[in-house]
Amino acid sequence: MEFDPDLKAKLLFQLNEILPQSAILTAEEDLRPYECDALTAYRRLPLAVVLPTTIEQVQAITRTCARMNIPVVARGAGTGLSGGALPDENGIVLGLSRFNQILGIDAENLTARVQPGVRNLAISQAVEPYGLFYAPDPSSQIACSIGGNVAENSGGVHCLKYGLTIHNIQQIKVVTIDGDLLTIGSETLETSGYDLLALMTGSEGMLGIVVEVMVKLTVKPQTVQVLMASFPQVTLAGDAVAAIISAGIVPAGLEMMDNLAIRAAEAFAKAGYPTEAAAILLCELDGLEAEVEEQSTRVKAILQQHGAGSIHLAKTSSERARLWAGRKSAFPAVGRMSPDYYCMDGTIPRKHLAQVLQAITDLSEHYDLRVANVFHAGDGNLHPLILYDANRLGELEKAERFGADILALCVKVGGSITGEHGVGHEKLDSMCVQFGEAALETFHAVKQAFDPHELLNPGKAIPTLHRCAELGAMHVHHGQLSHPELPRF
Amino acid sequence: MIANNDITQDLHEQVLIALDRQQPLTLVGGNSKAFYGNETKAAALHTAQHSGIVAYEPSELAVTVRAGTRVQALEALLAANGQMLAFEPPCLSDASTIGGAVAAGLSGPARPWLGAVRDHVLGARVVTGHGKIASFGGQVMKNVAGYDVSRLMAGSLGTLALILDVSLKTVPKLAAEITLALEMPEADALELGVRLRQDAMPLTASCYFEECLYLRLSGASSTVRSATRTIGGEILPNPEQFWRALRNQTHEFFQQFDRPLWRLSFPPATQQISRLEGNSLIEWSGAQRWIYSNIPVNLIRSIAEKHKGHATLYRGRLPGVSTFHPQPHPLLNMQKRLKQALDPQGIFNPGRLNKDW
Repeated sequence: MEFDPDLKAKLLFQLNEILPQSAILTAEEDLRPYECDALTAYRRLPLAVVLPTTIEQVQAITRTCARMNIPVVARGAGTGLSGGALPDENGIVLGLSRFNQILGIDAENLTARVQPGVRNLAISQAVEPYGLFYAPDPSSQIACSIGGNVAENSGGVHCLKYGLTIHNIQQIKVVTIDGDLLTIGSETLETSGYDLLALMTGSEGMLGIVVEVMVKLTVKPQTVQVLMASFPQVTLAGDAVAAIISAGIVPAGLEMMDNLAIRAAEAFAKAGYPTEAAAILLCELDGLEAEVEEQSTRVKAILQQHGAGSIHLAKTSSERARLWAGRKSAFPAVGRMSPDYYCMDGTIPRKHLAQVLQAITDLSEHYDLRVANVFHAGDGNLHPLILYDANRLGELEKAERFGADILALCVKVGGSITGEHGVGHEKLDSMCVQFGEAALETFHAVKQAFDPHELLNPGKAIPTLHRCAELGAMHVHHGQLSHPELPRF
Repeated sequence: MIANNDITQDLHEQVLIALDRQQPLTLVGGNSKAFYGNETKAAALHTAQHSGIVAYEPSELAVTVRAGTRVQALEALLAANGQMLAFEPPCLSDASTIGGAVAAGLSGPARPWLGAVRDHVLGARVVTGHGKIASFGGQVMKNVAGYDVSRLMAGSLGTLALILDVSLKTVPKLAAEITLALEMPEADALELGVRLRQDAMPLTASCYFEECLYLRLSGASSTVRSATRTIGGEILPNPEQFWRALRNQTHEFFQQFDRPLWRLSFPPATQQISRLEGNSLIEWSGAQRWIYSNIPVNLIRSIAEKHKGHATLYRGRLPGVSTFHPQPHPLLNMQKRLKQALDPQGIFNPGRLNKDW
């Protein structure tokens, strides 16, 4: 149904009172770039896109929208993978890309105050002269913004040791739908009252709009080593992962790729991977020199005990970078092997790794679709990539069923339907598989407290009870990745 | 030995009855922190019988326990597997429970280096204020499905839900540990704290008391040895005893009961605050400062605010004084709305976090 033109005119008039003309986009060709995030299978045009530059403008915008009952979808860099920034046809997109300043670096307290549109990697680059870095490193870090990272509670390859976004931020400023500015968290290590920082982080733009972030910085490790081990069987690699963790070693990163992913990445990035291996593990150890040496010796022994065919230690920083480049480009690399692929993001308890891998292999045979496996193995976060060809009749549906089976398996063994990509628009139905009615009711109660008229990113992240009741079988939609040039996951 | 006793049904029924009769409840675990928070007057609901390990596999670095499980028993089990709770929750008595530790949200000496209680919460199963049993989060490290209600439980003082079980991240015990004692003035100790943080020294605890700075170094033995040489000072005999006393507040500093005990939180690099001199103890390299003081409440809170911190009246309730630092209006309002949304009848620990609700 067409949006009431009078109401739209009134809205634009009000927005014009708040923003300069150049900060309001309404022409179709200007709106197109905002019609989707990196999950391009879902597209919608909003009524308008607004690009404020001050917190006061954001407050005035949400106040206006609250008064007029207009949905507001916040958007950072648009690199999200679950359709979290998919516009609402009857609402506006509030883009935070112009909030792109680093406001201050406090090298004594190891914090930085940044605006939400600052790119993740730009923070680490800015604090590099102080010997510091911002630890969470989603593979899209060259493009994704810190505001989006907070909204998604982003991870990355180093969160095994350094934690997720929630563990690496101290304070955020948030504008509510009523236009209030809340300072959540504190500059100290404890905060009085409820821990709204935990609640806001990963809330996918449903509870408030992040307009400033105080991130925690980490001192750069003195030494970094990266080991690459190849395995003749995938399950051996899975067991080696559990053994490393059981030995009391927490690597900075512990990643695994199976043969299809290895071959794809090697062809794409020339990382020096052994293309005949059934699986490889990349293990990064960091810290003080003596400690890293000691751990490295122990890890090598564990890898050997678990049947590693070859173990290679990257000797130079460029070699380390090459090994990681292969890993981080695995997704676009796999994308070259198949007309289409469908990416999953389940997590499982590590002990089920070998079992789940075997089940995925069996499913692959059952559905007659190839699957490439790339895992944050250390923290049990799987990214199986199902390869298919959308031009072949019924193949997309087959891929969707395959994906749904994998997510259901993750939940069954005690895991989650999403480790770091978020629910967004894409995984609403899978939420019904993971959460019961009581939990969903609680989520809706939280939403009511923050946004009683459900204007912030409506219809995302938390399914209605009705939807879950209606859902006979889990149905997961096709996802297609834009920005194929970006490293992923 | 950990008693294995699942009384979920009984606890659930008690909440349902309370909801039905509109009779508020005081949630009690080991009853070791009853002094903490604002006073709450309601019939007690005891969780201590709800005890046991629901799931623990060391290689998962996670444990799921029933709320009434004693902290010390859980820690003994973890230690037997070479692991620990990195957030070192204070056990103010042997009876302290893990549910109480999570609800209170108090972290021990390692907090600045190894993280807070909340950072180690992975999941929780609760009885909600709507009288239902709901599970949030899980046992996995990465889980972004749904709002993070389980981490919200940490520090909520039992005012949002009744915690039944909680899943916590465990971490490997660090191989070697040495504690150094260095005599120096407070200002120097605070400055050294800043420097050691920037140098990424393997610190896991810091305490400044009576002109002496105590630093706990943990990690690989080579690392600890080399840091010991760099920092200098005397090696403290019986360090475990010292840190246990500090953590569990059996240390002599905590044995004074004639005046209110304040806990002040500051950005870690905050310098010496002359108006807060006196009977004090500093932890967390400056980020947590304890002080016995009769300074008027408004004054101590305004000093804290001036230094971007806040002041908690940790022990020794004063008439009309809120335990926790007051919050600005819009934030307070949001907190109140959250409480009302999750506990609409106000049956869980009314007044404990905020005197008015």
